Amino acid sequence: MIHFVILLSRQGKVRLTKWYSPYQQKERATVIRELSGLILSRGPKLCNFVEWKGYKVVYRRYASLYFCMCIDQDDNELEILEIIHHFVEILDRYFGSVCELDLIFNFHKAYYILDEILIAGELQESSKKTVARLIAAQDTMVETAKEEAGSISNMISQAM
Amino acid sequence: MADGVVRSKKTQNKTVARPRTALLTPFLSSNPCPDLDLCPRFSLSESRRSSSSRVAGVEDEGRTLEDFSAALAMNPFSSGTRLRDMIKAIRACKTAAEERAVVRKECAAIRSSISENDQDYSHRNIAKLMFIHMLGYPTHFGQMECLKLIASAGFPEKRIGYLGLMLLLDERQEVLMLVTNSLKQDLGHTNQYIVGLALCALGNICSAEMARDLAPEVERLLLTRDPNIKKKAALCSIRIIRKVPDLAENFSSPATSLLKEKHHGVLIAGVQLCTDLCKVSEDASNHLRKNCTEGLVRILKDICNSPYAPEYDIAGITDPFLHIRVLRLLRMLGHGDADTSEYINDILAQVASKTESNKNAGNAILYECVETIMGIEATSGLRVLAINILGRFLSNRDNNIRYVALNMLMKAISVDSQAVQRHRTTILECVKDSDASIRKRALELVFLLVNDTNAKPLTKELIDYLEVSDQDFKGDLTSKICSIIEKFSQEKKWYIDQMVKVLSLAGNYVKDNVWHALIVAISNAPDLQGYSVRSLYKAFQLSSEQVSLVQVTIWCIGEYGEMLVNNVGVLQVEEPMTVTESDAVDVLESCLTHHSTDITTQSMCLIALLKLSSRFPPSSGRVKEIITTHIGSVVLELQQRAIEFNSIIQRHQNIKSSLVERMPVLDESTFISKRAGSSQANISTEKSNQQLPSGASLKLSNGVAKPAASPLVDLLDLSLDDTPVPTSTSNDFLHDLLDVGLTNSSSSGVASASGTDILMDLLSIGTPVQSNTTPENGSSIKGFNDILPIAKPNTATVQVVDLLDGLASNGSHPGAQSPVHPSITAYQSSTLKITFSFTKQPDKPQVTQIHATFMNLSSEAYTDFIFQAAVPKFIQLHLDPANSNHLPASGNGRITQTFTITNTQHGQKPLAMRIRIAYKVSNQERLEQGQINNFPPGL
Repeated sequence: MIHFVILLSRQGKVRLTKWYSPYQQKERATVIRELSGLILSRGPKLCNFVEWKGYKVVYRRYASLYFCMCIDQDDNELEILEIIHHFVEILDRYFGSVCELDLIFNFHKAYYILDEILIAGELQESSKKTVARLIAAQDTMVETAKEEAGSISNMISQAM
Repeated sequence: MADGVVRSKKTQNKTVARPRTALLTPFLSSNPCPDLDLCPRFSLSESRRSSSSRVAGVEDEGRTLEDFSAALAMNPFSSGTRLRDMIKAIRACKTAAEERAVVRKECAAIRSSISENDQDYSHRNIAKLMFIHMLGYPTHFGQMECLKLIASAGFPEKRIGYLGLMLLLDERQEVLMLVTNSLKQDLGHTNQYIVGLALCALGNICSAEMARDLAPEVERLLLTRDPNIKKKAALCSIRIIRKVPDLAENFSSPATSLLKEKHHGVLIAGVQLCTDLCKVSEDASNHLRKNCTEGLVRILKDICNSPYAPEYDIAGITDPFLHIRVLRLLRMLGHGDADTSEYINDILAQVASKTESNKNAGNAILYECVETIMGIEATSGLRVLAINILGRFLSNRDNNIRYVALNMLMKAISVDSQAVQRHRTTILECVKDSDASIRKRALELVFLLVNDTNAKPLTKELIDYLEVSDQDFKGDLTSKICSIIEKFSQEKKWYIDQMVKVLSLAGNYVKDNVWHALIVAISNAPDLQGYSVRSLYKAFQLSSEQVSLVQVTIWCIGEYGEMLVNNVGVLQVEEPMTVTESDAVDVLESCLTHHSTDITTQSMCLIALLKLSSRFPPSSGRVKEIITTHIGSVVLELQQRAIEFNSIIQRHQNIKSSLVERMPVLDESTFISKRAGSSQANISTEKSNQQLPSGASLKLSNGVAKPAASPLVDLLDLSLDDTPVPTSTSNDFLHDLLDVGLTNSSSSGVASASGTDILMDLLSIGTPVQSNTTPENGSSIKGFNDILPIAKPNTATVQVVDLLDGLASNGSHPGAQSPVHPSITAYQSSTLKITFSFTKQPDKPQVTQIHATFMNLSSEAYTDFIFQAAVPKFIQLHLDPANSNHLPASGNGRITQTFTITNTQHGQKPLAMRIRIAYKVSNQERLEQGQINNFPPGL
C-alpha cells in the first residue's frame, strides 16, 4: 500500500502531498523534512529507493520535481516506479507538456488527477485514456455550472 | 526557510523567462513506452535556457478555478484576491518573513470572509487554504468551510469541498464525523461523479467509525453497473476492511464477482480487494481459493497473450499493473496450498520465461513473479527458474534492478541457500557499491550468507573493504563484521587477529560490549596473552586514534606488560620484536596525555601504570612521576585515582605487588550469557548484578560494596556514579570480569584478600556514611572491611591514604594483628589527621584505653594545640594531658594523647564521639570539628 505521495521541488518545496495513512499535521512536516534531506541529496546514478523507518520510499525525478511514494517493505518497488510514471504521463497529457509551474498554479487539478489514479493508497486505473476521460467529464460539469451561474448573474444584472 | 535566496534568484530569472521545464521529454509522445532510464534528469540551468514559450499559456488559460468564482461573484466590490494572484504574491516573496506576512494577510481575509458567511467565495477560500496548507501553515479554521461546501448542491462546490476535506483533515479529527451524513447522501446521489467524489474521500480518509456507518452503502455500490463507481467502491472497501476487519465477510462475495469483469480498472481494484480480504480473513481466502483461482489464471493468460492493446500498453506489455496484482493474489492463494500451487505452476512458468526483461515494466512483473514462486509450494524447476532470474537481475547494470534482486535473494535464502551462495562474489561486490541503499541490502544479505566454511574469506573481504568504506557506512559494516567474527570464530587466534584488525581500522565504531568480549577472550587464553599484547602494541603504533583499540591495548599492557617486554609465549608465526619497559610506559603516557583521550581511557591508563610500576620495578619512578602530574587533575575521577595510586607507590611498596595482581579470569560462558541477558534491557548495573550466578550479593549503586564476595568489582568500574562518564556500558563487563574471579582470589591467600578488600574500599569513597558494625566480625581483615566505608564523606579523598597507613602497620607487623581492635583513622581533613589505637584489659570489657596520634598535614606548624572530645551519656570519658601542644609541619612530628573510655552499655551500643581541635597557625586561631562513628565493633 502507498502510505503517502509527496511531490518535492529541487529546493525542497512541497508541491503536492497526499496522505493515505493517518499522519498528524506535525508528523507530516517531520516526514517531509526528513525525506527531502534524504532524497534531494542523492546522486543521479543511484537507485530510486530509500529505506526509511521500516518503509521504502520510491522516488523519481522529473526535471526539477521529485515524485516520492512511500510503500511497505514487501511492496513491489519497480511497480511503484511505473505508477509514478503513469501519473506523470497523465499529467503530461492533461496539461500538455507539463511543467512544475502548471502544478503550482493548478495544484488542485493535479490532486483531481491523482484522485482518479489512487484511492486508499492503491492503484485505481491503469488506462490513461480512462483517467483523461473522467477528468474531462468532471471539468465539463464545472464549466457548465460556471456558464449557468454566469447567465444567472447576467439575468440578475439585466433585471436590475 | 532558506528558500528566500533561491527564490530571489528565481525571480530574477523570471523577468527574462519563467523557469519552465517540461517534466517529460517530447519524444515521449512518439514513443509511448520509454524506458524509465531514458527519462529526463535535466539540470535546472539547462532547463532555464531552454524554457519554453508556453509560460503565457499558464498565466492566461482560463482553466483555473477562480474564473469560475469571479463569474459567480455577486458582489463586484469584494476585496479578496484571486487564487492565482495569491500564489504569485507568495512566490514573489524574497524572504521567509515576507512570505509569512502575505500568508497572514490572506488568512485574515479568509477568516473574515468565512465569518461573514460569504458563500460566493468559500470555494476560492478553500483553494487558497489548500495552497497555504501545503506551505506548512495552520489552516484548521477552514475545516468547517469544507463541510459546508460538501453539503452544498453543486458539483463544483462538492469537488473542491471534498478535496479540501482530504487535504486539511485527517481521520483522527472529530470534525470528520460531521461529514458522515453528507457522505451518505452523496453515495446515494444520481450523478455518478458525485458518488465518485464521495467514494474517493471515504476511501482516503475514513475512520473506523465511518467505515462501520457507511459500509452498507459501499457494498451496494460494488454491485452497480458503472465501472467507474465499481472500481472506486472496491478500493473504498479495502480501506473499510483495513479499518474494520470484521466487515470482511460482507465483502467477500461481491469481491468475487468483480473478478469476472472485463474493465481493467474494476479488475485491478477487485483483485486488490481480494488480496486484502485474504490478509484479514481465513474464510475469505478459502472462499477465493475455491472459486477464483481458475478465473485469475485465465485473466493472467489473457493479458499475457493479448495482442497489442494501446490503452493498457506499457513497454510492450499489456497492463503490467494487472499482471502484478494477479500474481500477488495468486501468491496469497497458493501459499501453503499444494493443489493451488500446482495449478498455477504453468502460468507462472509462462510469465517467468516469456516476460521481456529489457524494460522496467517487464522487470516489475518478473520481480513479482519470482516472489510468487518463492511464496508458494512451487516445483523445484520453477524455483531454479526464479533464482536464475534473480541472478540475471543481480548482474544488471541498473541499480534499481540490483536493489530488488538483493531484496529478493534475502527471501530466497530460506528456500534455496545453495543457489544464493553461488552469487556470493557478486553480492560481496554490491557491499562496495557507491549507493547506500544497495550497500545496506547487500550487507544484510552477506550476513545471512556467512557459514562456517566461508566465514574466513568473507570476513577478510569485509575487513579489507572496511578500510576504504564511507564514514557513515562504517558503523553498520563494523557491527556486522564483529558479529560475524564472534559467531563464526573457531580458533581463538583467528578471532583475536580479526578483532585487532577491526579495532585498528574502525575502533571508533566498535561497540563497548564487543571489545569487552575481546578482553574476556584474551584473559581466557593464557597461551595467547603474550601474542595478543604484542599485536595490540604493534597495531597501536599504527593507529592510535581508534578509541577502543587504545582501550584494549592499555588494558592488555597493564595486565600483560611483562609478556610484551620479555617476549613471553612467542608463536612461530610472529616476527620477533623488542619492546623495552620504557616503550610500554611510553604508550600509556602518550595515551594519558593525548588531548583527545576521554576520561575512561585516562582512568584505564592510570590503572595500567600502577600495574606496570609493580611489573617493572625499574620504571617505578617514572610511573610515579606520571601519576603525580595528575594529582591536580580537575577531573574528580582522575585526581582521586592519581592520589590513591601515588600513595600506594610511595608508601606501600610491600603490598603493592599483591594489590595489582593480574585480573582473575572471567568465565567466558558466564560472560556471554550475561551479555545476552543484559543487552536486551538497557544494561543497568544493578540488574546485571542481580543476575550473578554466583549469588554474590553486591550492590554497586553509589559504589558501596556490601561485604559480599566480590570486592574487586569497582576497581575498573570507571564510570563511578558520582562522576558522569559517558561510557555507561563499559563498566558493566569489567566489573563482571572482576567479580567472577573473586572466589579465586579470596581463597588464594590472606594477603591477596586483604589487598582486594582495600581496593574495594578505595573506590567506595565518597559514599554516604554507612554503619556496618556487625559484631561477629572478628578478624582484622574483616574489620577493615567494615571500618572503611564509614569514612567521612567530606574528607573522602585523603582518607584512603590513611586506610593504607593502618593497613601497613598491620601488614608489616604480623604480631600486631593480635589485638581485637585495630586502629582507626578517627579524623582526617586536609590539614590534620588523627589516628586512634585501642588497648583493652581483658577483665574489663567496657573500659577502653585510646591512644590518639595527631599529625599535621599542612606545611605550617601548629601551636597551642588543644584536643577536646564529647561522648554520649552512656559513656564516660577521661582525658589525659597531651605530650605537647606544638605540632610541626608536614607530618614531621606527632602529638600523642591518651584517654580512657568506659562504655556503660557495652555490647549494646557502639562507641561514638564528637571532637573539636583548636590550634593556631602563625598566630591565627583555627578550629576543626568532627564526629567519629567508625570505632571498631566490640568497644
